[in-house]
Amino acid sequence: MGFKSFCFKKSLWVFHFGGASCNNCDIEILDCLTPRYDLERFGILLVGSIRHADVLLVNGSINMRDRDRLIEIYNQAPKPILVVAIGACGCTGGIFAEGNTFAGPVDKIIPVDAYIPGCPPKPEAIIAGLVKLVNSSNPFKRDK
Amino acid sequence: MAVNLFYFLVFPGLLFSAVVGALLSWFDRKITARVQFRKGPPLLQPFYDFFKLLLVKETILPKQGSPVVFLLAPVFAVFGATTAAVLILLPLLNISSGFRGDLIVIFYLLTIPSFSYVIGSLASGNPLAAVGGSREMKLILSYESTFLLVIAGVIIKASQYFDLNSIITIQHNSRPFIESVSGVILFIVAIFCIQAKLGLVPFDMAEAETEITEGTFIEYSGAPYALIKLTKYIMLFILPAFLTALLLNGFVLKGIGILWAALKILGIVLLLTLIRNTNPRLKIKQAVSFFLVWMNLLAILAIVLAYFGY
Ligand code: SF4
Repeated sequence: MGFKSFCFKKSLWVFHFGGASCNNCDIEILDCLTPRYDLERFGILLVGSIRHADVLLVNGSINMRDRDRLIEIYNQAPKPILVVAIGACGCTGGIFAEGNTFAGPVDKIIPVDAYIPGCPPKPEAIIAGLVKLVNSSNPFKRDK
Repeated sequence: MAVNLFYFLVFPGLLFSAVVGALLSWFDRKITARVQFRKGPPLLQPFYDFFKLLLVKETILPKQGSPVVFLLAPVFAVFGATTAAVLILLPLLNISSGFRGDLIVIFYLLTIPSFSYVIGSLASGNPLAAVGGSREMKLILSYESTFLLVIAGVIIKASQYFDLNSIITIQHNSRPFIESVSGVILFIVAIFCIQAKLGLVPFDMAEAETEITEGTFIEYSGAPYALIKLTKYIMLFILPAFLTALLLNGFVLKGIGILWAALKILGIVLLLTLIRNTNPRLKIKQAVSFFLVWMNLLAILAIVLAYFGY
């Protein structure tokens, strides 16, 4: 826990990747930034470019077309990057798991650091998940 | 030599203006949060952001385009902003050095950061960055002439003295320039120019994060982006400071004057923040006509009024 990882944990910038979601999870994610929940308290910002991101939020079921995009986005991100799978779709496939275009839950495609289940997860659950991720012993061990 | 390096690197240059600027940027974010009934980030948030980008994140170079220019552009931006900070703050803080604060030099130095952003964005080879770069260029072309007119107005009010030192002394000896009709008009025009120079909301079409995903800065990551953030912090401090020197009587750094100096800067930043929170983003066409027609007309009106002594 040096100075570096302290700064990293205090300033997580989030990039939001929406797969083939039913749009409920997207709305709940945006909810976290509204006055009621205000993630900026923890230094969390939503950024528009993957080059600035520290956290990649993935929600929705990933289908065959999304998969290549997701891998591309993941490779374009500057390391260390944390990946959070949001919603039943992101974690396991949820109601789309049997679909014939379904390309596997997120962790079959890219490494995932945290899962936030729920359909959709409440903003409280998303915040709890992010806080747990931040407090976990070494959030960027994968790159060491 | 050593004292010049000290001026440049520590006080009132890089370190001082960056720290003050970072605190002002926290103030800006906090006010924004309060306007939206949120709680807002902690005090040291700008420092966390800066050190995270500088120390932790990986720097990715563009495959197309020119990596050297891409990396050099933020360095130029920081140097331009720091030099401008030194040259503005030395007269303003009443530190006597050889330089008396020539306005034209300061004017040119203040344009360097925006030009570096354009160069960096065009060197990245990203089409969205090119869109952002071209917008930034058009924006520079439109607001710089207005800014020059504001400076011309101030020069006329200061009975044709060209340097910051005399302008501040004249205001100390009579009264601040803002206490006149032309002064108020110049102040209004200057506020909009600063808003555009800082790329804050009505004029943030070059970044436009919801539309062209941060435009000019889209390819920057890690340390170069940290330098861009640093430039932004410095600019957020020195542009209000410059305006204070031009129209608001400068600083009187003794006793209660220190509080006044801080309040002047905070007041201007508050004004900028409130403008940015109550306006939507303009299209580049609207911004160009806003400056080239309306703001120029206002500035010329102020110059004419100043010429006749109002
Ligand atoms: S997890 Fe539920 S709410 Fe979220 S995208 Fe999937 S189906 Fe929609």
